[in-house]
Amino acid sequence: MESDILVVDDSAAIRKILQRVLRQTGMSIGAIHEAGDGVEAVETLKTRKVDLVLTDINMPRSDGLQLLAAIRGSAEWKHIPVVMITTEGGETKVADAVRLGASGYVRKPFTADQIKEKLTGFLEAVLP
Amino acid sequence: MTELENLIAECISASTVQVFSTMLEAQIGPCRVAVETGSPEANDGVVSFIGLAGSWAGAGSLACSPATACRACSQMLMTETTSVNDEVLDAVAELTNMIIGGVKTDLENHLGPLGLSIPTVVYGRNFKTKGAGSTEWVVCSFDWEGEQLVVKVCLAPSEEARFPHHLPGHVALEV
Repeated sequence: MESDILVVDDSAAIRKILQRVLRQTGMSIGAIHEAGDGVEAVETLKTRKVDLVLTDINMPRSDGLQLLAAIRGSAEWKHIPVVMITTEGGETKVADAVRLGASGYVRKPFTADQIKEKLTGFLEAVLP
Repeated sequence: MTELENLIAECISASTVQVFSTMLEAQIGPCRVAVETGSPEANDGVVSFIGLAGSWAGAGSLACSPATACRACSQMLMTETTSVNDEVLDAVAELTNMIIGGVKTDLENHLGPLGLSIPTVVYGRNFKTKGAGSTEWVVCSFDWEGEQLVVKVCLAPSEEARFPHHLPGHVALEV
């Protein structure tokens, strides 16, 4: 059984890198959907099967914290693991994300091993 | 150079080396450090800016030639890029975000919480950039495969940081 992942970042470069890194991890990954911000991510969640969300925090229009709040506030999506990606070393936004129900976070710059280490447990947990 | 300028230079160097190593799988050499006080020279190429705000405020910047921007993009995204396009500008913006984000994280241990804006990238010829007011930049110039890449940061205390009691537990720095 493969997991479908939604990657949310306003940077097309980072979305492309994450696509590559996720494939490099060797995890059983099916579709990798992309969204440029929280609004696009919510639209994707409405129409696609998503097993895990990997989202940047700082984005224009609707940021990662707003997206996280929308997911945790939805009866349909609240079980989906949400892993935050951030350049923010400061604890404030990470603490905000944890308080809102983030499953974990990855700091940029990241390696494929770090992504794999962060996501493996969540993907195993959501698959039957 | 002041203690703060030395600290900023160390943070820029460490962050740039780490980002290049992790995201580009590239080694970048040690940097030459200078303090830029006057009006900077005109630029040709790609320049990216990102704002820093908090008890200290300022900006970070990354500048390089179009060829270096294309090489960075190619190594980051593992694609072949020979001319500056949206993908290249996006990659440079993200490089700036990660490098200055790392500098911000290190500096927060000394200066307190700082915020980071979304980066802006400029590409062109013979243009000048200038911050508002009389700003000093700590400039780190790196050699990367025969080309130069310049990362610089300016920071000044905002109003609340002018009063030491607002920075409990932080290292006193000469400014």
